[in-house]
Amino acid sequence: MENTRPNRLELIGITKQFPGVLANDNVSFAVKPGEIHALLGENGAGKSTLVKMIYGIMQPNAGEIRWNGETVVVPNPKAARKLGIGMVFQHFSLFEALTVLENIALGMDAKIPARELEARIRDVMRTYGLLLDPHRTVATLSVGERQRIEIVRALLLNPKLLIMDEPTSVLTPQEVEQLFTVLRQLASEGCSILYISHKLHEIKALCDTATILRGGKKVDTCDPRIETSRSMAEKMIGSGLKDIVKPEGRRFGDAKLVVDTLSTRKSGHFDVPVDRVSFTVRAGEILGIAGVAGNGQNALLDALSGEIHGDDRNAITIDGRGIGHLDTTERRKQGLCAVPEERNGHAAVGDFSLAENSVLTARDRLGMVMLGLINSGAAKTYTGKVIADFAVKALGPGSTAGSLSGGNLQKYIMGREILQKPSVLVVSQPTWGVDAGAAAAIHQALVDLAAAGSAIVVISQDLDELRALCDTLAVINMGRLSAARPVKDISIEEIGLLMGGVHGGEERDAVPA
Amino acid sequence: MSTELLIAVIITLIGASTPILIAALGELVVEKSGVLNLGVEGMMLIGAVVAFAVTFATGNHWLAILCAAIAGSASSMIFAFLTLTLSANQVATGLALTIFGTGFSALFGQAYTGKPIELFRSVFPAELATHPVWRLVFGHSPLVYFSLIMVVAVWFFLKKTRTGLILRAVGENDLSAHSIGYSVVLTRYAAVAFGGAMAGIAGSCFPLLLTPQWAERLTAGRGWIALALVVFAAWRPFRLLAGAYLFGLVMTIELYTKASGSTGFLPSEFWAALPYIATIVVLVLISLRRSGQSAAPACLGKPFMPAQ
Amino acid sequence: MQFRLEKRPEPSKAMLYLTPVGAVLATALVGAIVFSLIGYNGLGAVREIFLTPLLNPLKWQDLAVKSAPLIIIAVGLSIGYRANVWNIGAEGQYVLGGLAGTGIALLTRDMSGPWILPLMIGGGVLGGMAWAVLPALLRTRLQVNEILTSLMLTYVAIQLLNYLVIGPWKDPMGFGFPQTRMFTADQMLPTIIPRTIVHLGVPIALVVAVAAWFMMSRSVFGYQVKVVGAAPDAARYGGFSVNRTIWLALLTSGALAGLAGVLEAAGPFGRMVPSFPTNYGFTAIIVAFLGRLNPLGIIFAGLAMAIAVVGGEVAQTTIKLPAAAVGIFQSMMLFFLLASDLLVRYRVRFGDRTVEARA
Repeated sequence: MENTRPNRLELIGITKQFPGVLANDNVSFAVKPGEIHALLGENGAGKSTLVKMIYGIMQPNAGEIRWNGETVVVPNPKAARKLGIGMVFQHFSLFEALTVLENIALGMDAKIPARELEARIRDVMRTYGLLLDPHRTVATLSVGERQRIEIVRALLLNPKLLIMDEPTSVLTPQEVEQLFTVLRQLASEGCSILYISHKLHEIKALCDTATILRGGKKVDTCDPRIETSRSMAEKMIGSGLKDIVKPEGRRFGDAKLVVDTLSTRKSGHFDVPVDRVSFTVRAGEILGIAGVAGNGQNALLDALSGEIHGDDRNAITIDGRGIGHLDTTERRKQGLCAVPEERNGHAAVGDFSLAENSVLTARDRLGMVMLGLINSGAAKTYTGKVIADFAVKALGPGSTAGSLSGGNLQKYIMGREILQKPSVLVVSQPTWGVDAGAAAAIHQALVDLAAAGSAIVVISQDLDELRALCDTLAVINMGRLSAARPVKDISIEEIGLLMGGVHGGEERDAVPA
Repeated sequence: MSTELLIAVIITLIGASTPILIAALGELVVEKSGVLNLGVEGMMLIGAVVAFAVTFATGNHWLAILCAAIAGSASSMIFAFLTLTLSANQVATGLALTIFGTGFSALFGQAYTGKPIELFRSVFPAELATHPVWRLVFGHSPLVYFSLIMVVAVWFFLKKTRTGLILRAVGENDLSAHSIGYSVVLTRYAAVAFGGAMAGIAGSCFPLLLTPQWAERLTAGRGWIALALVVFAAWRPFRLLAGAYLFGLVMTIELYTKASGSTGFLPSEFWAALPYIATIVVLVLISLRRSGQSAAPACLGKPFMPAQ
Repeated sequence: MQFRLEKRPEPSKAMLYLTPVGAVLATALVGAIVFSLIGYNGLGAVREIFLTPLLNPLKWQDLAVKSAPLIIIAVGLSIGYRANVWNIGAEGQYVLGGLAGTGIALLTRDMSGPWILPLMIGGGVLGGMAWAVLPALLRTRLQVNEILTSLMLTYVAIQLLNYLVIGPWKDPMGFGFPQTRMFTADQMLPTIIPRTIVHLGVPIALVVAVAAWFMMSRSVFGYQVKVVGAAPDAARYGGFSVNRTIWLALLTSGALAGLAGVLEAAGPFGRMVPSFPTNYGFTAIIVAFLGRLNPLGIIFAGLAMAIAVVGGEVAQTTIKLPAAAVGIFQSMMLFFLLASDLLVRYRVRFGDRTVEARA
């Protein structure tokens, strides 16, 4: 009987055209009832566009969507929910200033009295072990807790298909395991799950089927439990995987960047301040800092770059020179460059041309300013060099930063800092949202810079990236940094525990006797 | 001070506060939806001239208020179209609306210079308000009762109704509201239209409640004070009420010093400037008290860009 | 017919400078229709407001004199607006500039020498600047919105003016009129073209605009202002202090409004009177936008607005158009300009092929 049941969802020849880009090209696949189906692909492979069409946020230009065997049109998300499709977005659609209950009420199409809704919410939370206080304001919740709201919201509608868009990118390994338990329970009750990810080990652990997209086209539908991570990765990326080339027998020089009990004050944002952080990076070394988003990474980057600076000159030293009291401009002159996580609006100005963006950070190190006037010729020349050396796809130095794709902008920004030959480079999320080719190029550039004798700090949430790229690794949690250890000596379980706040020996030290 | 005088002062105070309160309530709803409309002053002037003209022509105050509301709302649609449909800069567009309203009211108001109209007085039978204390309850213009009802209504709408929840959600995070499936633009259009209607009614208070003579720019910056008041009230209707009456007190002092001719040690111009100085002082006080994060809707004044 | 918008990869430079011209033309067209509909001579109004001042050489000197303060104030405002600092209290800073200059003129009334006028001008600049200190202080220290504070201070400035000309500064020989005594010859701006009213303020306005253009387009200061306005986080990252920029922007715009004030007081007015606030501070906001916040563009925008102001005066006498009509024309210009901003960022395509914007 099982075989005669129609597919829960079937896509046939879905095509979606944007100006200049074919986001989805004739994509077909089917999801069975109770199946956990992975949608696998690089950033920009068209996964998000595809699910947005299933959820009614966008309409396909061609192709059809079948729901339980019947052709349907999903004009908007409301219609999708009516069919029984729920979705948990990668970027939560939550309202910080509102309570959990209000947030969930907003997601419900039917008008349910607050008291009844609360009872139903508590019911769902109990059933799936998703515990939350419905009257708390979202602003006070952790990222994992926020995701629970989204899941509860989706589950209240008794969905027959739940779409999860990159749900684990913000979770600790332990939280990921909890999420998987919920998803497996749901699937066993007959709910299909469409699980979007580019993390291969998760898909192998969770999913029954995987459809792989590349450049908007379906490459394959396969059984992830049979495939190897490597074979799926090759289907996802296309060409053979490029490994980072690290020079053999690398030796580290003297301590270059020394951070000694660096703390920041709590700022107005919701970010966690940095709390007595100490570490050392030697010449030629790449230190990775792992951690779940929102644990003080932004404050740490700002404290290192000089955007937040205190009075203690010796909290940060480069080659023994105290720079803790200097501002951003002075630190750059001392050889410390930094790349913040947010590309557009922080590391670059979207409305400005690339040449103008070069003036932002390279003006002093590269002599673009004379007598208070900007030498735009020098800025253009340098920008042209960045574009050429880092294969930035742009019309030229006059293109606005905002007109570049995320990956190209990131290549430009990394290039802008690296070509200044900083003796210390601090970068946050160097390859977030960047396609595999560009990510490999950025990684290689970082390795080459280190090989030339610079000290590098990489702050990232991508453990795979950190383990491939870095020599030593530390974990940030609630603004506290664990001791740095060689990457080879630290297991993923240990990293996970540290990310979740279990500090082992160090935690005990912090407690006064 | 005799009871009579005290009650007279309170009634003056309430009257002076009413237009600010009504305009600020409208703007509060607009801002809660994430839109900053700096055109309040202009819309009030349009409401004022329309109310004056209708009263002059028909003598019907209710009709005058209705027309003022419609005119205020219609003028707010210029703002809504530019900022919401064409994503123009909200600050600049609001300023343009104020300049427009100033010109519009001056153009159509000049015909009425020197032609008085009837004030819109209490609707209750005079016997009810014979005793001074009863005058405090029954001695006001319907516009005053309207303003008080609207305080409760706006609070109830925002806090207790689903539509109010949606409106707050749109102001907090427009992209999320959009992704859930609410129409950000439509919600904001509705909020701006309401704000325009309230500003129009607030404008009608000037000829109907305060001075039954036409004068250019008779709102004298009260629309801007209403904007400040919304900030002062931290976007809460009942605090808006308290704030508006506080300003009413300041303005009443000005009126009484002018009327009595005794301006104390200070020149009369000081008292005339006092409401504006008080506005600045109030803005300073609230920012001192507020630690770090502001109570402002997160999307206030930012254009909605759905296609990221 | 259906149309749709397509985001341009780069904002269109051509549209950026063409749309203000289009806005003026659209205003003339719609203005003619609207004023005809409400019973005025619409075409006549447009002709008198937009053409007569240009075609009648007698009016040219008026244009020069009226556009000078508009240009000076608008240049200052444009610097602030570029930094996302919304000083809308230029009228108050203009008044304070005039008052400061007048104060010096009254103190030096029994003296003579070529140093008096520069001293007055310097005082006016400082006066305008002083009136911008409070908004700057409150914005940078306490995050108090400068829109409201600068505007509130305008009302305070006007009351201060009233107090001074009615009280301590009243001309004892003025038959009770609320005004100060006339300035002396050493306190007045010289005319630069004989037998006209074109005074020294006109070339000063041009110099201010060109210097500001050079600063904004070439200097680190201009760069700093633009970064802070476009992306404050990026400015901080680039090593620019956002607060310092806000200070500079507000003080500069206050100083220039004060300059315009003292030039008006020592030029066309020649004394301080209650009618000194002539809305230049508010009209200059429109000028700044119409000039695309570019000092060179502002020269043309200031001229265009002066045409409307002078033309409005002409139309009052010739076709009995009320003075307020000019305000309507001015705000319409700004409405059309803001509406046309869309054309800078988007391309309008006609047809029914629905292609959504890229997500």
